[in-house]
Amino acid sequence: MLDVFVGASNTITSMGFSTAEHVERIKANQIGIRIYPGGNLYPTPVPLSLIDSQGLLDLFRKCLNKTNPDLQLDSFTRSEMLHILSISDVLKNSGVNITDSRTLIILATLKGNMDLIGGKNRPPAIEPDRVYLWKWSEFLGSFFNSSNKPVVVSNACVSGLLAIIIGSRLIKAGKYDHVIAAGGDILTEFAVSGFQSFQSLSPNPCKPFDAARDGLSLGEGCGSILLSRHHSLCGIPEKIVVAGGSCTNDAHHISGPLRSGESFCVAIRRALEEASLDPPDIDYISAHGTGTDYYDETEAKALSLAGLERVPVNSFKGYFGHTLGAAGIIESALAIASMRNNKLFKSAGFENPGTSQPINILTDHAVKEVNHCLKTASGFGGCNTAVVFRKI
Amino acid sequence: MRTQADPFPSKMELLITRYVKLQDGRVWLNGIVEYVSELGSANELFRSVYRHYRTDYPKFFKMDNLCKLAFLSAEILLRGTDVLQKYPAEQIGIILENASSSLEYDQKHLESVRDRDKYFPSPSVFVYTIPNIMVAEIAIRHQMKGENAVFISEQFDPELIDHYVSELFRNQRVSCCLSGWVECYRDHYQSFLFIIEEKDKIKRCKGVQEYVTLNILNVERLFKGKPI
Repeated sequence: MLDVFVGASNTITSMGFSTAEHVERIKANQIGIRIYPGGNLYPTPVPLSLIDSQGLLDLFRKCLNKTNPDLQLDSFTRSEMLHILSISDVLKNSGVNITDSRTLIILATLKGNMDLIGGKNRPPAIEPDRVYLWKWSEFLGSFFNSSNKPVVVSNACVSGLLAIIIGSRLIKAGKYDHVIAAGGDILTEFAVSGFQSFQSLSPNPCKPFDAARDGLSLGEGCGSILLSRHHSLCGIPEKIVVAGGSCTNDAHHISGPLRSGESFCVAIRRALEEASLDPPDIDYISAHGTGTDYYDETEAKALSLAGLERVPVNSFKGYFGHTLGAAGIIESALAIASMRNNKLFKSAGFENPGTSQPINILTDHAVKEVNHCLKTASGFGGCNTAVVFRKI
Repeated sequence: MRTQADPFPSKMELLITRYVKLQDGRVWLNGIVEYVSELGSANELFRSVYRHYRTDYPKFFKMDNLCKLAFLSAEILLRGTDVLQKYPAEQIGIILENASSSLEYDQKHLESVRDRDKYFPSPSVFVYTIPNIMVAEIAIRHQMKGENAVFISEQFDPELIDHYVSELFRNQRVSCCLSGWVECYRDHYQSFLFIIEEKDKIKRCKGVQEYVTLNILNVERLFKGKPI
């Protein structure tokens, strides 16, 4: 069986511009979610995790000067800058050539250039059709001179984790040798007002799995992770592979989970089966854990149904919120950092158990040998995903 | 473009056992025109198709046009087939592509929040601002619980479908897959949906010879209405 190795990664949120910066800040118990006063993003104060705009511009300017000094800063959107920075960081830290015909970029997003929807805020140097995800991805592909047209997956909040599964499958099928799974969403009033209309947003920084949880916090984020047949090109010394993955559908409701957790559990079981593992083999779970009442309850039930109630679990959303299309990629990158260092991070925002099925939430950072990690995600449209990473 | 030998040559033969197309006011089933309408707007057409096929599913009227088109295409495609009885729900996948994502409802949602004096975002609009809701609507109606994904591509990309769906079968993630293209933005609409099954799991009966082998060229030909 062909192995798909996980390689270098990049993470951009309010907490920094690299995966290593995130690990340092999380170790120091810092949190990136702030309460923003009412303004452009929402009429009343709302907790959000937003990427530092000046920091982004400075880093992007440097990146552009090195690679394409003749291009103007204002010909890129915020989302495009984030994706270019993120993918460039992965390329810098690995041996993969993005222009190689055996390399594919997979992009995961809900809205891509969310700020171009409606067209009123469009800067003159940006063509109107970059509001289309295919055009946005074509622009990113051509920036990197990639041989293959990037594949775009837009499957709500599981998009990022699904991109990793899709990339791994396409490599296993022999279609490509390397996949850069990247994804991200910026935040505008579009997303903030939409989630608020569902009354999904907490008035405080989110508290995944906690008894007092009352909603999610939105976070801007972008992340990239390299998948490759060749460990030597991955840019990380540890050998970590995608051992299994699955995506199921509840077939129950368009905007709420099947609360028994059955369908979510099927995705978890299938990922374990593909990895030839039993539940006690899993050392750590990086959960979706948004902080909403129903979704956290459903996920706890699914983990418990799968026999994983004793495995240490955390959600990273207490640090930098729900980063939508990027969530599965960013959280996988951090889970892999835990595997590499054998260090688990506490689940920020969690104090008291608050799900009907108790699960083993990390209340402190911990040292633990992690050979098998399960990463889960679920989202609107009833989709559930699970991936198993294995250290070999 | 493949330069190396495929390390996992698939021995499994996959067939397109049924296909439907909806565009320009017409419905084709397995390449034969079944319904023609002169109605101009997408909305009017979808209602008339709904009535023509005597559909009874009140949730249809709450859907955005993209979901209506996906729903109707799946409805026509699955009627009279035994795939829902033949395969376990968890083994039926839905893998779709489109170009405009959910742009029409994205714009509609933004309109509802742009003006602070007329600020009323609605969850029933916002929920349709993600394209995989069309997968959910089909999944809920027909109880399909397997692998699902929505890919965005400027034009229908038969290569991606062939590669990805073949791998899902090879990996035993699906035993049956509903796949294709569902694109709708304002009055421009086009759908092409098909059912993929394994040749070995189809009972030999009349009409088997009409099934089409799943490959990029064949999918392209069916999409364009050309003979195989």
